[in-house]
Amino acid sequence: MRAEKVFTNLTNGGPVRVYVRDGKIVRVRPLELDESDAASWRIQAGGRQFSPLRKACVAPFTMVEKARIYSDARLKYPMIREDFDPAGQRNPQNRGRSGYKRISWEEALDIVAGEMKRIRETYGPEAIMSRASSHHNWGNIGYRTSTWARFFNLIGFTDILDNPDSWEGWHWGATHAYGFFWRLGMPEQYDLLADALKNTDLVVHWGNDPDSTRGIYGGQESVIWRYWLRELGKRQIFIDPFCNYTATILGDKWIAPRPGTDAAMAEAVAHVWLAEGTYDKEYVSSRTVGFEEFERHILGQEDGIPRTPEWAAAICDVPAYTIKSLAREWAASRTMLAAGSRGGESGACRQAYGTEWARLMVLLQAMQGLGKPGVNIWGTTMGPPYNAGFNFPGYSSFGPNFLNGFARKTVENPVKQRIYRLLVPEAILEPPIHWLGQTFCGQSLEQQFIPYTYPLPGHSEVKMFYRYGGSFLGTMTGTSRWVKMYQSPKLEFVVNQDVWWCTETGLADIILPACSNFERADIGEWAQTGGYTHHGSNACNHRVIVYQQQCIEPLYESKSDYRIFSELAERLGVGEEFTEGNTPEDWVEKVFNYSDLPRYISFEEFRKKGYFIVPLPDDYRPTPGLRWFYEGRECDTPDHFNPKRNTEKGKELGTYSGKIEFVSRSLKDHLPEDEERPPLPRYIPSWEGYDSKLAEKYPLQLITPHPRYSFHTHHDANSSWLGEIPGHRVFKEGYYWRPVRLHPSEAKKRGIKDGDIVRLYNDRGSVLGIADVTERMRPGVVHCYYGSGKYDPLEPGNPASTDRGGCVAILTPARVMSKNAPGMAPNSCLVEIERREG
Amino acid sequence: MDKWIFIIDVEACEDCNNCFLSCKDEYIDNDFPPYSIAQPKHGQRWMNIERKERGQCPMVDVAFLPTPCMHCDNAPCIKKAKNGAVYKSNNGIVIIDPDKARGQKDIVDACPYGAIWWNENKQVAQKCTMCVHLLNDGWKKPRCVQSCPTGALRFVSGEDSAIAQIIKDEKLEPLHPEYNAKPRVYYKNLYRFNRCFIGGTVAVQKKGVTDCVEGAMVTLYKDSEKVYEAITDNYGDFKFDNLEENSGKYRLEISARSYDKKTIEVDLIASINVGTIML
Repeated sequence: MRAEKVFTNLTNGGPVRVYVRDGKIVRVRPLELDESDAASWRIQAGGRQFSPLRKACVAPFTMVEKARIYSDARLKYPMIREDFDPAGQRNPQNRGRSGYKRISWEEALDIVAGEMKRIRETYGPEAIMSRASSHHNWGNIGYRTSTWARFFNLIGFTDILDNPDSWEGWHWGATHAYGFFWRLGMPEQYDLLADALKNTDLVVHWGNDPDSTRGIYGGQESVIWRYWLRELGKRQIFIDPFCNYTATILGDKWIAPRPGTDAAMAEAVAHVWLAEGTYDKEYVSSRTVGFEEFERHILGQEDGIPRTPEWAAAICDVPAYTIKSLAREWAASRTMLAAGSRGGESGACRQAYGTEWARLMVLLQAMQGLGKPGVNIWGTTMGPPYNAGFNFPGYSSFGPNFLNGFARKTVENPVKQRIYRLLVPEAILEPPIHWLGQTFCGQSLEQQFIPYTYPLPGHSEVKMFYRYGGSFLGTMTGTSRWVKMYQSPKLEFVVNQDVWWCTETGLADIILPACSNFERADIGEWAQTGGYTHHGSNACNHRVIVYQQQCIEPLYESKSDYRIFSELAERLGVGEEFTEGNTPEDWVEKVFNYSDLPRYISFEEFRKKGYFIVPLPDDYRPTPGLRWFYEGRECDTPDHFNPKRNTEKGKELGTYSGKIEFVSRSLKDHLPEDEERPPLPRYIPSWEGYDSKLAEKYPLQLITPHPRYSFHTHHDANSSWLGEIPGHRVFKEGYYWRPVRLHPSEAKKRGIKDGDIVRLYNDRGSVLGIADVTERMRPGVVHCYYGSGKYDPLEPGNPASTDRGGCVAILTPARVMSKNAPGMAPNSCLVEIERREG
Repeated sequence: MDKWIFIIDVEACEDCNNCFLSCKDEYIDNDFPPYSIAQPKHGQRWMNIERKERGQCPMVDVAFLPTPCMHCDNAPCIKKAKNGAVYKSNNGIVIIDPDKARGQKDIVDACPYGAIWWNENKQVAQKCTMCVHLLNDGWKKPRCVQSCPTGALRFVSGEDSAIAQIIKDEKLEPLHPEYNAKPRVYYKNLYRFNRCFIGGTVAVQKKGVTDCVEGAMVTLYKDSEKVYEAITDNYGDFKFDNLEENSGKYRLEISARSYDKKTIEVDLIASINVGTIML
């Protein structure tokens, strides 16, 4: 033991101590705070005092980092596809089919740089497309918004616009009801933990599994808060077709509607309140607009259909009396709606017309006085006391180019052409394509109405794809389209740079092995994203800023991303511009000096200790989210990107009227005729739902929520121990299968038994998994987590092949949620399921 | 001499698996002589989380039961082992000596809790050591407890009398006391795992509209004896928990003002949601 050295590092799920012996990692354990660290906060409520554990409660996938670092799936050497010859036959049709052979770094980088030069000279910089995934690593310097972004913005490229894939309905919908476009539709969460502990009676989790989605990057930090709520006698209701993990433990009531019908239930709740007069009339009249029209609609005075609980019951397949009881309890209590905030994205917003449900969520809480003590939209994963006055940047704090905040010369992508992530295969295979909206955008509501075309007039089509980190095959929709795209000769050259062999890796011509963030130095704060999730670290009980110490040398022949891009930049003649002579450690020090850290700790001390806990000020004064709006005051929360804050409109929300809009003025102004996202929100039957024509052929609704034990596609297939958790994968016949959950009645109809290998299929593809026959599912619905890190077609290279890796994203529809709201809708998916023969 | 126990609260376990995974992190690829050799990459569960789903949609809950080696004071594995290959330390921890235990598969079969695992490759029995190598090094907790985010796992040491007091005060119980192995792992809220419930919803039909009944009195009888009473909540729901599985016939009597009394019989095998009872 004596020979062990201890380092500090940071992961997507929390900070860790790393024990190293003889250059090899022995263990990775969650960080513990010691006496010298800042004190923890205390909240008094219900005659008790609450204070967090003095350690990092990390996400489960953080506990498999050692396995992931030493995984068999590590990319060890640069490789070239066997039948790819840049000077001769390229054989793009064999991507996904052919093997690879090892080459030297010199050869690999020469080929990549040579192809980049050729393509840039022949077609222009816009012929190179690139994109990174979210968080295969953590760190502000050596990662996507820094190293990757600086390189590509420097040389110019066609960027892929991300979609806010985890909370689509809130971005495309809720922003038009209450603003918060600068948070992509998610409301501020400041100080709502204390508010809930003190003032709330009831929490309605609508499509929310906070123990599993964990404020995205907050690990298991908030789990204990929900136990506290229970200990204080506050009830928690769960509305979800799946009795999710949080519900199994803490649920006082589970209500299980059919997927895609949540908006109907929401309208029925409003109907009960209107019929019984149990809503906040004063708030509605002073803080909202358009209520009369909403009331007419709900009462059926517009179209003759009153949105009664009985009306909704037939759609949702939930008894009318349950909907009534829910509505009455909600109105009679001080109720937190746990939906739509960070980590509480919900399957209901990842559906056809998910915009409507998200808007109705805002409107329901408006009827109950959104912002009143104990009444808010709060996902239960953010909002402990938080020192927002301490400056430390997140990776998005300087827009798409983090290093612009520290470089002598900033870089901006000279290429104006863009592709939208959900439409990348169509863009390559069948251009031109068009879409509405700048997608992942938080500058204004109007950005959602900008028309885009690819190729941009006067621009070349994309000829080369440089894919960096992670994989979209497990996270996007209808993803066998991506395989088809990769096999197109229109992509003359494909590079994949990653740490592990992921599902897109084997579709590249050249593979470049990067190292993990344990094999290089970096700096970062736990869960601090910056940008559109301003103060993301408010998902954690302490602000933990980490000097991410290099724990071991890069494994095999891998190199840090910074080094790879530096060497490529060198070959392209922009090496000096890229690095400005800085090593990664130099950048780390610049970030340190920019932040408030030097006021508390020297760089040397920080570097040595490895972390710093940000103290709360002695005179900390809570400013609960939206309380200012409820009380008619100017915004007093640290929501710095609220454009009206500290202006003469400081009392207003970010909508056109400054109020909550039952009838959206932004939608009325821009798309008044849109019947799929009308100014007044409403339930609209899904284009692929329980009552669609297609349901005769494929009668089961597939839902694919955020995975509980892995993150997007990360950690799944490359971290052996994770596969031993039966809720994640199940080992049978020498293979780790993804569990497919279904109700016993549906299993019985099909002769399926628990533990059988089953085939899920529809016209878009078929996927094998292992049956988990469970009463946690409602009938008519099948559940399988998205984000498989494995895509393992029985016939490699055939996009139509059955997959056994559990990559259910190949089954989901590529169609966007509605005509003018181009969000993804993976939970609007019909399938059939059968026992695998033989 | 102070001895260690695990205290595990079933209600506080959310199946995050941090305990299970941190145990893997500690023991895979790491030998800690003389206490343990490396855990194989696949197949062993030194901290095994068992799962019990109760009820039927939409009245369902799940209990998660972390089960490590019980470090029994009357350990069948110690009795079974030859050459003193399994022994009890002064601090209460049961250790399998990996050298002496080589070839002794009987040790695995001796454990009534199924907490000992066979390493086929190394031909040795293996299990939880309470991270004794770390405790010796000054750690206050084993890895599983250190990574638990809810406090569901606790690690406590004390004299026998002090431990007995904790068990009494916190109403802790061991798993399967009938094995008479005197485990050093104690559980809180164990009923969530090994007992069952009868639940349901009470409703009425009025003028063609079905409504749930809040405030109905539901009485549970076993034979002719009253077991429990409950009042339905605002969803018309009632739930009688902490009943014995396979405990035979029960009778439910439901009464609500201005409605006829209703009686239903339940043959209790496992947790059951009797569904909607119309008065």
